[in-house]
Amino acid sequence: MPQDLTLILLLSFPLLGFAINGIFGKQLPKMVIGSIATVAVFASFLLATSLFSRLDGTTIVNLFNVLDFENLQINASFQIDALSIWMTLIITGVGSLIHLFSIGYMSHDEGFYKFFTYLNLFIFSMLILVLGSNYFVLFFGWEGVGMCSYLLISFHYNDAQKGIANSLAGRKAFIMNRIGDVGLLVALFMIIGQFNTLEYTKIGHLIESNKALTGGAMFFITLSLFIAATGKSAQIPLFSWLPDAMAGPTPVSALIHAATMVTAGIYLTVRSNFLFELAPFTQNIILYTGLATTLFAAFMALRQNDIKKVLAYSTVSQLGLMFVALGFGAYTVALFHVTTHAFFKALLFLGSGSVIHGMHEEQDIRKMGGLAKLMPITHFTFLIGTMAISGIPFLSGFFSKDEIMAQALHHNTFAYIVLVIAVTMTAVYMFRLYFLTFHGEFRGGDQLKSKVHESGPSMTLPLIILAILSIFGGLLNLPGLFFKNSAHWFDHFLSAGTFGLNHIHPVHLDFATSIQLMIFASIVALSVLIWAYLNYVKKGNIAKDDKDLNGWERLSAAKLFVDELYNVLIVNPILAISDFTGKIIDIKLLRNGVYALADGVLNSANISRKWQSGFLSSYLFWMVFGLIIFVAYYILKISVWH
Amino acid sequence: MSIGTSLDFFLFVAIALFAIGAIGAMTRKNMIVLLMCIELMLNAVNLMLVTFSTYYGNGDAQIFVFFTMVVAAAEATVGLSIIIMAYRNLKSIDIDMYNQLKN
Repeated sequence: MPQDLTLILLLSFPLLGFAINGIFGKQLPKMVIGSIATVAVFASFLLATSLFSRLDGTTIVNLFNVLDFENLQINASFQIDALSIWMTLIITGVGSLIHLFSIGYMSHDEGFYKFFTYLNLFIFSMLILVLGSNYFVLFFGWEGVGMCSYLLISFHYNDAQKGIANSLAGRKAFIMNRIGDVGLLVALFMIIGQFNTLEYTKIGHLIESNKALTGGAMFFITLSLFIAATGKSAQIPLFSWLPDAMAGPTPVSALIHAATMVTAGIYLTVRSNFLFELAPFTQNIILYTGLATTLFAAFMALRQNDIKKVLAYSTVSQLGLMFVALGFGAYTVALFHVTTHAFFKALLFLGSGSVIHGMHEEQDIRKMGGLAKLMPITHFTFLIGTMAISGIPFLSGFFSKDEIMAQALHHNTFAYIVLVIAVTMTAVYMFRLYFLTFHGEFRGGDQLKSKVHESGPSMTLPLIILAILSIFGGLLNLPGLFFKNSAHWFDHFLSAGTFGLNHIHPVHLDFATSIQLMIFASIVALSVLIWAYLNYVKKGNIAKDDKDLNGWERLSAAKLFVDELYNVLIVNPILAISDFTGKIIDIKLLRNGVYALADGVLNSANISRKWQSGFLSSYLFWMVFGLIIFVAYYILKISVWH
Repeated sequence: MSIGTSLDFFLFVAIALFAIGAIGAMTRKNMIVLLMCIELMLNAVNLMLVTFSTYYGNGDAQIFVFFTMVVAAAEATVGLSIIIMAYRNLKSIDIDMYNQLKN
């Protein structure tokens, strides 16, 4: 099959699944709906592997022309290169596993067909986002995933207890994403103004041939792009929607809010690497935003008691880590972490979904404990995910995190220290979560305990596959000290096949430094593991109630009061202004003004209406009266003339 | 001029006649009286036409008066038949009863 046909098929399978489930879903049995959706994504995955195996430089597939101006042409065209196909593999690969998981997880849900319709639409939009060959197509997918995210966060909008909270969470995510989207739009217009095109490759070549394009314009373009990235990828200041987005069903959190959509900002930055390379100041902004995000989010995760909230803050923190790598210009390193993070965070979210499913919708870890015996497969895979994200040696997270730490150590010691603190906190909250959930005594009561069960095979199979990927994902990009020949395979693969990246190589530390770095990281992770085991299992400490928290714990549990701060600084002033315009300007000024106008017309009409009395004699009277006035006027006029 | 009296006299009579007709049309309610008032006004105009015709020695206006008379006759015929039809409808020829088009 030629490449362009493969690509079109790859895109159309999820769209087809979306159409079939969306139109006929109500009539179809649940098994058929789930199978159609899962098979559609899996077929795309197979086509993506076929494209991956035949990858050869950059291929552009032009479908049709969208806008045609004299000096600006925007095409619906797609780009096949290392970066886009790698993202496609992650999206469809992890996506099909999560689809499979959802068949079991959502089996009792009324909106089953709707859920899979949205999921397929999301996959389609996400593929559009990563496969587009210009910013316009990217923007199309960008908005599409934002909409699907909104629909899926507020999926249970009619739930009796949490319906309103779910809807509000969806709204919050949508509005915060919208702020970022404005940045993307501004960047698009500035790029058009600067380059007269939106095609990645054309912009890249223009920059290559004209190095003089540095300066203010580049700074503003990249800054706007980064604002867009902060919105989608939940960085400070636009991160607080992501923890709230956990209101959505757990597979959604795994797919959209951990593995794929939230990495769109990183994809955007990697894709625009040639722009960011010309704007060192923006790179610094990215670096420090990423550092602040990874540190604060990790801190907030320390004392969360909702199993999904811990993972949500962990996601924000990990995304911050990726942005740190981007700030150092280590694009392949960031994408390596995107990949491993997609594996272990999807695993952790699906594991938490399995726990929540088994616990009958209970999400509070204070009511869990001792689940290791009740849910053995979930427990084992969750343990692997926890070890991977905490950086236990030789699991995937260890390698990808170590690469970022190496960049930091090479460029900026302050950044390295901050990262060490953040990574340590990551290990602390992850092991706290793990031990509180799976070890110790069951704290949810005997009645619930008897009902807790291990999930079915459609849920455990994705867990097992993701656990295997989480263990071995690090092999993609081994540092130089193991297997000299195949080391840094991922770096080479991406650099060679992605426009712009062939000039930029992440630094690789020398042997002695990297081994010291690894040993240090291993010691940190393992000592946290031992400490957490002693603290939570041996001593039997459990999560405290809110009233027993001390100062810093209270700060962490209250999420550093960021929501409150935003309420005071932004939300309430906007509400006050809206209140003012609504009550004063709209009602007092506009509505009353319009009413006064209407009343005036009505009253004057009532007066003039009286003339049309229907009495012939009065008509005649006015006729003669008018005649007399005219005649009198002309007589007067003539007499004045003479 | 063989009339012997001044132009003003004839004009005064014509205007008086017209005014009587107009005021009558405005104030009276009986349709037949209304019709008569209209005839008065028409004749006032006729008189004026004849007066000026004689004054300027031009006969055109006198020819025109015949047309007016014919039209007036036709108008009286049509008017009277309308009044009869109206009377059959409302059993009244009071003009103020005929304001149905108002609302």
